[in-house]
Amino acid sequence: MIHRIEIGFKPGIRDALGEKTRRKIIEHLGINVESVETIEIYTVEGNLTGEDAERIARGPLSDPVIQQCAINRSLAKDFTWLIEVGFRPGVTDNVGKTAREAIELFMADDLPGSVDVYTSRQYIIKGNLDRNDAEHIASGLLANDLTQHYNIVDGMDWTPDEGLQPYVPRVTIDEKPVTDEIDLNVSDEALQEISNTKVLALTVDEMKVIQEYVNDEAVLAERSNVGLGRSVTDAELECLAQTWSEHCKHKIFNSLITYEDENDKTTVIDSLFSSFIKQSTKEIRDSLGKNDWCLSVFVDNAGVIKFNDDYNLVFKVETHNSPSALDPYGGALTGIVGVNRDPFGTGKGAKLIFNTDIFCFASPFYSDPLPKRILHPRRIYEGVREGVEHGGNKSGIPTVNGCIVFDERYLGKPLVYCGTGGIMPSRILGQPTHTKEIIPGDMIVMTGGRIGKDGIHGATFSSEELHEGSPVTAVQIGDPITQKKMTDFLLMARDRGLYRAITDNGAGGLSSSVGEMATLCGGCDMDLSKAPLKYAGLKPWEILISEAQERMSLAVDPEKIDEFLALANEMDVEATVLGYFTDSGKFHVRYGEKTVAYLDMKFLHEGLPAMRLNARWTPPRHEEANFVEPDDMGQALKGMLSRLNICSKESVVRQYDHEVQGGSIVKPLVGIANDGPSDAAVIRPILESYEGVVIANGICPRYSDIDTYHMAACAIDEAVRNAIAVGGSLEQMAGIDNFCWCDPVESEKTPDGRYKLAQLVRANQALYDYTKIYGVPCISGKDSMKNDYIIGETKISIPPTLLFSVMGKIEDVRKAVTMDAKKAGDLVYVLGTTCEELGGSEWFAMQGFVGNNVPKVNGTRAKKLYHSLTLAIKAGFVASCHDCSDGGLGVALAETAFSGGLGMNIDLSSVPYEGIERDDYLLFSESQSRFVVTISRAVKERFEEIMEDNVCAHIGIVSSEETFVVKGIRGNTIIQENITELKKTWLETLNF
Amino acid sequence: MTKRVRSIVITGYGTNCEMETAHACRLAGSDEVDIVHINELLFGEKRLNDYHFLNLAGGFLDGDDMGSAKAGANRIIHAKVKDSGERLHDQVLRFIADGKLIFGVCNGFQLLIKLGLLPAFDGNYACQNATITYNDSGRFEDRWVYLKINRDAPCIFTKNLDGIYLPVRHGEGKVVTDSDAVLEQLHRDNHVVMQYSDKDYEEAVMEYPENPNGSVDAIAGICDKTGRIFGMMPHPEAYLHYTNHPRWTREDLPEEGMGLLIFRNAIEFIRSEIL
Repeated sequence: MIHRIEIGFKPGIRDALGEKTRRKIIEHLGINVESVETIEIYTVEGNLTGEDAERIARGPLSDPVIQQCAINRSLAKDFTWLIEVGFRPGVTDNVGKTAREAIELFMADDLPGSVDVYTSRQYIIKGNLDRNDAEHIASGLLANDLTQHYNIVDGMDWTPDEGLQPYVPRVTIDEKPVTDEIDLNVSDEALQEISNTKVLALTVDEMKVIQEYVNDEAVLAERSNVGLGRSVTDAELECLAQTWSEHCKHKIFNSLITYEDENDKTTVIDSLFSSFIKQSTKEIRDSLGKNDWCLSVFVDNAGVIKFNDDYNLVFKVETHNSPSALDPYGGALTGIVGVNRDPFGTGKGAKLIFNTDIFCFASPFYSDPLPKRILHPRRIYEGVREGVEHGGNKSGIPTVNGCIVFDERYLGKPLVYCGTGGIMPSRILGQPTHTKEIIPGDMIVMTGGRIGKDGIHGATFSSEELHEGSPVTAVQIGDPITQKKMTDFLLMARDRGLYRAITDNGAGGLSSSVGEMATLCGGCDMDLSKAPLKYAGLKPWEILISEAQERMSLAVDPEKIDEFLALANEMDVEATVLGYFTDSGKFHVRYGEKTVAYLDMKFLHEGLPAMRLNARWTPPRHEEANFVEPDDMGQALKGMLSRLNICSKESVVRQYDHEVQGGSIVKPLVGIANDGPSDAAVIRPILESYEGVVIANGICPRYSDIDTYHMAACAIDEAVRNAIAVGGSLEQMAGIDNFCWCDPVESEKTPDGRYKLAQLVRANQALYDYTKIYGVPCISGKDSMKNDYIIGETKISIPPTLLFSVMGKIEDVRKAVTMDAKKAGDLVYVLGTTCEELGGSEWFAMQGFVGNNVPKVNGTRAKKLYHSLTLAIKAGFVASCHDCSDGGLGVALAETAFSGGLGMNIDLSSVPYEGIERDDYLLFSESQSRFVVTISRAVKERFEEIMEDNVCAHIGIVSSEETFVVKGIRGNTIIQENITELKKTWLETLNF
Repeated sequence: MTKRVRSIVITGYGTNCEMETAHACRLAGSDEVDIVHINELLFGEKRLNDYHFLNLAGGFLDGDDMGSAKAGANRIIHAKVKDSGERLHDQVLRFIADGKLIFGVCNGFQLLIKLGLLPAFDGNYACQNATITYNDSGRFEDRWVYLKINRDAPCIFTKNLDGIYLPVRHGEGKVVTDSDAVLEQLHRDNHVVMQYSDKDYEEAVMEYPENPNGSVDAIAGICDKTGRIFGMMPHPEAYLHYTNHPRWTREDLPEEGMGLLIFRNAIEFIRSEIL
């Protein structure tokens, strides 16, 4: 029996979601509508009477004070168009799941058999609209065709008594769990064909390595013992494709690169990862000697450093770009709950204490025709924002810091970086927590969500392969509550010592998680028929590589397994034994008794030969900027403040909970009106202690147009100086590198591959140089190398983008400072030299130029300055400190003033500068390693003494008048603006 | 031997402010504070009866699917304690009958309202006549607000307080009543403890963003007639130390955060009136 339960608001009750939807239709689509109302639909399938449905509707499904319900009839009446949006089969329906559980509790023993609940939502629209408008609203705003199904009803044809037929997106798969064998002893063309049709992304050479392996007589003999032969199974091939994917193996970062520089000098680099990233970390750790505070780097799901004698900190940043391009909400939600599982699955597992998110989008005001299959940037912006909101807020993890970068080239692929930090006791029950150990005989246990076809082959699918009734595999929707229930349980299990090792099920699903864990003991024996499924009909290979979310894999000592499973049952979390770990040297996977994969561990993890690639660096030359200095510098400053990369992001920040867990010290929004832009976050993870954690990010992709070496140097410097600005220090600061590149492998599709690879080489050279100088070791990282859009003749490649994130320790959070000017009469200082470095700057971009003089970082000088500034902040001499980044000194000064609700009088002739003759260049140059600092007059001498031997100049004063006044190099007043007006300009652009 | 104040903070199924709530209870002087997963209560491993102070902390019970705390309320009303036949709801009602304290913040307040434990006119703890629904803005917001406190309310948690400054962090914080009569009675019998106000704590404010959600008559917190059950949308456990204040780097503030005062009142009341 299927019942359709409709829940709507009673007359007179405000429908906030309806109103918000109306605003979006008007603002995003430019379609004028009179009103929008919403109705929630629960389609309940089960052995229930109409009376039962009525009780359920009035019970857990509706609020008696504000809602009304209707069973098997419609609430909607008097409308122009009705649009009903439901999920496609197999898409995660979180509300449906909660409703099912609530109904089961509510009905208790009265419930004969099981129920299923599918939810959908109706939008009741009134206005002067035709069918095209309704279609545009449905497909352009309310529903995403990949995951959702919609129905449009014309108000003229509506008969409320008939209503709509129930929509039941049940998954129906008529497949047996069989395993196919694939003969690889075929031609190269046929091998390529196999790789293409199965979406394996393996090259012919890689396929041949597998072919050779199964043809090996010794291998063949062993395989015959388990019933396999000279053909590989689909499970083996899929598992190898996952394990050897660019995503999992970082083939480009580990390749052998022949690099030619602009002087034709050739260098051979054996792995960028080993030569630059790991090498710098190693050298830093060596130099720290017995004071080395790094605990686990590059080997686990996240990096681990020491916090104090009792606790360790864990940090990881991931990207989720392709899924977010297709379904911004689901992609970003899955991104954040996915990266949560990295620190959670590191060592013995960490409690999660902060999120930090960085997005790169095209302008939300983009107005040209959109290339095929690309969603409008405004829709991506709103969808990603909401996905991260739901993922972060519902998981109870504060989103403490982040930024949004805009560039038109992110139209083809938005970047969604999600980072998460955690904390773990340094020892639990006497055992260290940052390492992993597995003993042969330990049981393989999977916990959390069930397995469906979700995420199989990630985003490489094409929509044409979809049909009604087939589950959507490419895009997933995360379920933060299922994950929260699981993490609550697992932290309890951890503290009781109920498991030995834990890891995340992310890319590659069980094939990767169990495959990687098995390297710790030398093998495994796993039975996929035991795995809990969302619905029947999955083939063994699908179970093996499904990326269904909210799952962790564990190694559990057989002596503890009963206690572990009992606690899981009590905590209402599904946990299933899938087999055991061995030292057989084999990755052995069965379905019941039948072997579906039998691979040598060594072959699985080390069988992939390194790629050989070529790189050639030819420095680009851009047109030199050629425009006159503006007459009205005040207007120029306002123009800068309103730019997308500079303006306030408050409307996004406010929608993230940045204070949960109670340790918020430096918030993302600060100042007299709680809206000034913080440089970095400070939190206190242990509420009984004043020791804190600082989190900051650096990202400057525009500089890649000139030289990625300096782009990377500037990103590192920006992250570090942001952290220093709030009171961090170089004493104990760790980095995470996150490279998002356009395809750097030369091919027909990428004729400029050598140049793009050279860009990657140069960014890595800078990463080595500057992390080394600052003593900020990378402890983990990530790369995403194929951020291109190619459909038909259109190709859009992102600018090479490095996000550098830092996490550091602050000894005493009470010494932290914020960026807002504090008191009239305080003195304004600038630290660091301003050079003619406007190449790639916001000011040049505003004038339509790129230029060539990209900012360059003098690491040695910067390090000395950072050290002195840290001392000054610790001594309590600094009232405010703000870093100079996009928009340079002019923007930093204005932000400092208006965030403090105070005016400023500034004299540019006192600013230390080199090679500059124009006021606009001095105001807006983006030279690195600079700060605007305000101090009380009373500490002037002592502050200057600490800053001695650094570039540090007194350039003005904070005033009680609400005017921002700047005198130019020649002594004339060039800016005289009211701070409220400046702030208004800065607030308006993205105030959605 | 002196008697000990025992506090419980319930967690599980999406609650996420349990740690700082427990910390607040400790700082306020509770001798024992346990964070207890609701399933430990349902498995009979812990009993509400063993505590004096029940904290329902913020979070997203069951994702707030079907409306904030709705599925959470359904669980408390219908889930049975293992091997006893008793519902968790029965333990809660007994806790109330014993005159003990219940404090719900944010999602906990939504839960109290949807269970009918607030405002509970005439001691009827089984009738929901108000609700908390979506903010008028249609969005979740994290924002600090000023709250004017009704000194005539019997609420033991807000004793000696005139106003308080705290963050709200919710998407559903708008209080709505079943009828005008209910609203009238809320005011008449001084169930309204807190209202969003101007920064001098003088006037209740309906305008956004001072009133962040459009709550009727700017209501932010409600107590029952005994003053021992209290729910509020803003987060007192988020302001326990001056460094939690958004402007601590520019204002002179006392060491202790204002939120702690509410917990102190609760613990002191238990020590003097309940133990």
